[in-house]
Amino acid sequence: MKRDISKSIDNVEGREKISGEAIYTSDITMEGMLYAKTIRSTIAKGRIRHISIPSMPKGYYTVDAADIPAENYVHMLHEDWPVFAENSVNHIGEPIMLIVGPDKEVIKDIVGDVKITYDEQTPVFDLSDSHKALEFTKGNPKHAFKKAHKIITYGYETSYQEQTYIEPQGFIGYPENDGVTLIGSIQCPYYVKNAVKTTMGMDDDKVRVIQAAVGGAFGGKEEYPSLIGCQLAVAVAKVGKPIKLVFEREEDMEVTTKRHPAKIHMEAAVDETGHIRGIRSHIGIDGGAYMGLSQVVLSRGMLAVTNAYTIDHVNCKGDVYLTNTVPNGAFRGFGAPQMIFAIEMFINHIAEDLGENPLEYKMRHMAAQGDLTATGGVFRDPILLNEMLETIMEDSAYHEKHKAYQDPDVFKGIGMSWFLHGCGFTGSGEQEKIRARIRLKKDDKDDVHILIAAVDMGQGPKTTMRKLVASLLEIPIENVHFKNPDTRYVTDSGPTVASRTMMVVGGLVARATRKLSEQWVSGQELVVEESYRQPDYVKWDQDTMTGDAYPAYSWGINVTEVAVDPNTYEVKVKDMWNIYDVGKAIDERVVLGQADGGQAQAVGYATLEKMEHNAGKLLQKNLTDYIIPTAADTPRMHNKLIDNPYPLGPYGAKGAGELTLVGGAPSVALAIEQAIGRRIYKIPATPEHLMELMNHEDH
Amino acid sequence: MKTIDFILNGKPIRSELSADRRFLDVLRKELGLTGAKEGCGEGECGACSVLLDGKIVQSCILPLASVDGKTVMTIEGYKKTKKFKAIETAFLKEGASQCGICTPGMVMATEYLLKNNPAPSYDEIRHGLSGNLCRCTGYNMIFNAIRRAAKEGEGLW
Repeated sequence: MKRDISKSIDNVEGREKISGEAIYTSDITMEGMLYAKTIRSTIAKGRIRHISIPSMPKGYYTVDAADIPAENYVHMLHEDWPVFAENSVNHIGEPIMLIVGPDKEVIKDIVGDVKITYDEQTPVFDLSDSHKALEFTKGNPKHAFKKAHKIITYGYETSYQEQTYIEPQGFIGYPENDGVTLIGSIQCPYYVKNAVKTTMGMDDDKVRVIQAAVGGAFGGKEEYPSLIGCQLAVAVAKVGKPIKLVFEREEDMEVTTKRHPAKIHMEAAVDETGHIRGIRSHIGIDGGAYMGLSQVVLSRGMLAVTNAYTIDHVNCKGDVYLTNTVPNGAFRGFGAPQMIFAIEMFINHIAEDLGENPLEYKMRHMAAQGDLTATGGVFRDPILLNEMLETIMEDSAYHEKHKAYQDPDVFKGIGMSWFLHGCGFTGSGEQEKIRARIRLKKDDKDDVHILIAAVDMGQGPKTTMRKLVASLLEIPIENVHFKNPDTRYVTDSGPTVASRTMMVVGGLVARATRKLSEQWVSGQELVVEESYRQPDYVKWDQDTMTGDAYPAYSWGINVTEVAVDPNTYEVKVKDMWNIYDVGKAIDERVVLGQADGGQAQAVGYATLEKMEHNAGKLLQKNLTDYIIPTAADTPRMHNKLIDNPYPLGPYGAKGAGELTLVGGAPSVALAIEQAIGRRIYKIPATPEHLMELMNHEDH
Repeated sequence: MKTIDFILNGKPIRSELSADRRFLDVLRKELGLTGAKEGCGEGECGACSVLLDGKIVQSCILPLASVDGKTVMTIEGYKKTKKFKAIETAFLKEGASQCGICTPGMVMATEYLLKNNPAPSYDEIRHGLSGNLCRCTGYNMIFNAIRRAAKEGEGLW
């Protein structure tokens, strides 16, 4: 009998990481290497009037917008985000120039002596300046609301969340072959490469990007490294020496992208039977000073508007508002955690308003196979939420606890959320924007090399991709190789984002492996390639945002038990029971590890991780002020997986990485609601916030 | 000139560097030992944990002067021990390391925990690791690894 692919193997990078031998960016030193430090705007908005630079010691350099050979913007979706601020600044911390030189202490002194004067302008901090508005409609929501027996309306709010990877951002750049090479802590080697090509005006063969070991990313190293990669490339071209640019913690927290704060308005049209006939929603996200990826984040958030429920009539609007604050960007879940918080709380709040049992009410609206999605696409594949629900209710003893915790004096609660997550890029993104290409090479010793741009930042593709190929070829995993991507050798298989790596890239790797197997001649070198083809049945119209937003969905349920201290209102998240349908786990422990980590981030998002700014200046900028869960805070995790193979995924695999975070916050918040007997409309539900709620009798 | 003398991973070291240098920089830059990582630079995350006379300390907030006359163990020395092998196997089998940046510090914290309490309870493990942040694992697999190391490495601590 063949071994089940899901059965776990040891992580292939485990030993080098446990022994401290893995080489991260800051561990690398090069001969004659210089250091760089960034000079940043101290105001939220204004024009740069004058920059006074002290006399520079020999061997020290300034690098700024004037040194950029080609384009002064970071190549992403828009052209608004400058590599270095030129003339004007739009947020506190915006990079203006680098000081480069051999001694960090001297650099620090020079940085202190650079004086910049500004003509300050009035900054914008509220959500008023929309730079992108999106909208989609399903059915006839106007009619549904006109005919409604009752209309129920609530507003929800979510805060910043900082990725807080333990390894701060950084790169080393050096000149090579009349071009530039960058080694860094990155998720997307080709994003960096394409951005550097644009800024430097360099040909493809002049820019090389190599991934070092990555000490956590969670989306935070998706687009932001393109900015500092471009800055460093400009510096390397000017100075002609290796340069290291590694952020310190406070700098990292103050200037890098975060999860977008969001305000979400929800309206439901309910009929005489209590059924939700229509939903109208508006989500506004704070993009910060530049668009970056905000439009796509907004889109993914909007697409989650009905979560795992079938609602016949939907209108969803959304805006990206620009403000004079640090630009926000990718973070695991990418807009979905905000919307799923809103819709999960909303459905519960509607049920309570109608005097219905929330669980039964949710079940009556649960999405089923064949139903139309919020954008009129089709849930083609089996949905196993009912089976999953049965398992998790029993494992968590939900009903017994829910009953026992009705007693307001026990200050305990149990909450449940269910959710979906679309796998891969939204709509036709894989086909039209990414066009992933992958390559496998068999050498003359019959070893196979996986040549893709996917980054292992802890989520395990080194292990799972090698396992996948080894398993399909029935050869030992030791004969399959997968090095950190280097754009000189690997094809552009797309960014390591959007829960796409195993389903999309792994799907191509599996296809190429079969091709390799068919053409296999022992002792001969052989190269095979594959590129992405959108499944024929996926139809998406980007202009109207209608059709199949994703080729497949992963599903999950979280049940959370909390105890709230009746005096301090401190929330203790005690246990989480979780079940996921990721199609088929290529390695069970890898997916369960994603589960534990994603859930812990959701617990932090819901209860601890408060970040706010005052007039554009972030108030939490280190790990003392910004609290992520410690070993003492984390709940006991009880996780299960259910197989539901997706026909086009390798062995049936779908996306897993983001799923484990997107729905956790409402399950925590609903548990807190039960414990304190008050409704929650805003996260994080910190003790201060809970105290406010408790002090207001009208909730 | 006043020198600073200490034992590092079993070998005597004499340093003439300035006594206020951060010990983490001395390890990483001067001695080329990059196993201790810098996560925060302010003693909050534990990625730079080393053992100073057997006690766990954050080397990013430790001035070089503080190691004078003392014994320091870093992951580079510790990985040669039998105890490390037990911890390594347990971390590997339980999936306790993901991105790995916190892991050398976690290993040193585990050594400190098990040395003082060879059979820690679940709560003692949670408390014992609360000075070391991990953003990937949610800690549960690390707890399991420590229980496994304590069990399978019985007698080592």
